Amino acid sequence: MASIPLVYADTPPPQIAVSERVEADRSTRRPVLLFFHSAVVWLLVGSVLGLVASLKFQFPDWLTGQAVLTFGRVRAAHLNAVAYGWASMALVGVAVWMIPRLVRAPLHRPVVATAAAAGWNLFLVLGLGAILAGWTDGLEWLEIPYPIDAIVAVAGGLMATSVLVTVARRKTKHFYVSVWYALAALVWFPILFVTANLPVWSGVGQAAVNWWYGHNTLGLWITSLSLAAAYYLIPKVLGRPIRSYWLSLVGFWALAFFYSLNGIHHLIGGPVPTWLVTVSITASVMMVIPVAATAVNFHTTMAGRFGTLRHSPTLAFTVAGAMIYTAVSLQGSVEALRTVNRVTHFTHFTVGHAHLGVYGFASMIAFGAMYFIVPRLVNWEWPRPALIRWHFWLALTGIAIYFVALTIGGWLEGAWMLDPAKPFAAVVDVTRPYLVARSVGGTLMLAAHCVFAYHYWLMVRRRGPERQEPAWSDGRAAG
Amino acid sequence: MNRYLVIFLGAVATVTFAFVVLVGVPRMQLASAGAPAGLAPYAATAQQGRELYTSLGCHYCHSQQVRTPSFGADSARGWGRASVPEDYVYDRPHLLGTMRTGPDLANIGVRQPSRDWHYLHLYQPRAVSPYSVMPSFPFLFTLKAQAEMGDEIVNTPPGLIPEGKVLIATPWAQALVDYLLAMKHDYDPHAVVGGGR
Repeated sequence: MASIPLVYADTPPPQIAVSERVEADRSTRRPVLLFFHSAVVWLLVGSVLGLVASLKFQFPDWLTGQAVLTFGRVRAAHLNAVAYGWASMALVGVAVWMIPRLVRAPLHRPVVATAAAAGWNLFLVLGLGAILAGWTDGLEWLEIPYPIDAIVAVAGGLMATSVLVTVARRKTKHFYVSVWYALAALVWFPILFVTANLPVWSGVGQAAVNWWYGHNTLGLWITSLSLAAAYYLIPKVLGRPIRSYWLSLVGFWALAFFYSLNGIHHLIGGPVPTWLVTVSITASVMMVIPVAATAVNFHTTMAGRFGTLRHSPTLAFTVAGAMIYTAVSLQGSVEALRTVNRVTHFTHFTVGHAHLGVYGFASMIAFGAMYFIVPRLVNWEWPRPALIRWHFWLALTGIAIYFVALTIGGWLEGAWMLDPAKPFAAVVDVTRPYLVARSVGGTLMLAAHCVFAYHYWLMVRRRGPERQEPAWSDGRAAG
Repeated sequence: MNRYLVIFLGAVATVTFAFVVLVGVPRMQLASAGAPAGLAPYAATAQQGRELYTSLGCHYCHSQQVRTPSFGADSARGWGRASVPEDYVYDRPHLLGTMRTGPDLANIGVRQPSRDWHYLHLYQPRAVSPYSVMPSFPFLFTLKAQAEMGDEIVNTPPGLIPEGKVLIATPWAQALVDYLLAMKHDYDPHAVVGGGR
């Protein structure tokens, strides 16, 4: 197998390469930091909303005096804050930082990207306000009312334009894998978002659009941006090329083709044409191809170097995220099978799966990327490396408890629901202890985010001890 | 890959293909679904109630789709016959739902026709279903010392509200219950009026 070379025929000599990277980072500094600052704030907001929603299962009469904090609104606000605030803004920040480095051209008109970040925040502030006030489009993943959606459509368009023009002015002949994923994601998201928000859908047809969009936000947007980051960070930190060019090619095109067809597995057993559900189940199973290709590629790149994880926060978070990507994707393929789905559909099992994907995979990679990028933007090393350890273990333990609890609890819930001899009260009761465990896991995740946010704040204010070496490096070169 | 256009057009092509398959073709197929004769469009107050249902996010815990017997115990639980696309011709936004933290509501109007039960259940779910984890919605009601002309009084069991007060369902609560009671999908879905939509 041919690996992706570290050095191409058009790779510049080291001193020019370094000065180009410095120039690239200078061009992206402002917009990327704005994306990251915002992402950290939305992470905290989203985590608090998520924990409140979870605790409401233990205390259903808590915060019920006003409509604004009722479960149905807090839950929707949580999803939008973490998906469009935290994950999207963090991962777009990563993409905006990576692309100029990878195409050897400074970011075109950084102010446009900065404006996009500002517009994105305005969309979220108005959107979450609307949801909590009760103004919603009523569709999962598409709650924010479409007049407000126009703001993010413009912001996303500006962002895509800024990146597409930068790429058009590239000095490299070849596109690195990360550029494929990031470019495609920036093309996909505006198409998905605008189409799904057109006010022309109703009934069962609207449910189809809803899940074509909903699953592609995960598959073509959040997943693509996360894989772009992982493909950059793993070889970068290891100083070793990605093992196989061919596998990355298969992984990309198979993901583009199959993931985009997955959505209707959210309507298995529902009032939609059977052939339509079958298409999505087939595509979900076919996802094994891109997932296996990517997993083998990452694993063979890492092979023999797993010890490095102890010396690089970036690698620890990113590799954990990449491994969870493999696990959650294979779980998703199995979950789409009719025999499995008839148990898991409509239960907390799905919620556990969704969190394993967006948190265990995408968020862990976003954390890893931020640990790599921020020192290069603020010219300061992470001042308290021990806090990164706390962040890592709290986050990992939190999502582990969350996922295991909802997987078991959700499966029992589904199995009992299929048994007409079990009254509905028993179905609710069987989930109780697992929902308590979910709140415990969520609390650990919130704690992890408080540690991370505090450390991030120290970092960007250049507070704390001034360190000469990257965190965890013990004199090694890893960063 | 070193072609800009290959990535750009490839991305556009894959997502467009998926859209045509998952959305376009079913839309054409479903366009022939006529409105069932047994299904009435929502009355004005029920439609208001539906908007409130959506705004409070009820659909995050209650599905509105009954699966076939081969797909579970829905019908055996008394939730009604399997749903078909025709059942949703008046639904915008669709509220099919993805969770059954609470039971399916596609036929709640058939299964539970009592207004008082719904009022009590919304005011304090645990007053009628002790196991429930549903949030209470006290803000849809007012407690008054004395009912006034035109007030919708809720009959409450002893101990639920303070001594000497009456529980009044606001117009919001009334609309929401109108909607819940309107959810009846027990007609023959294939006896249709007119043609397409």
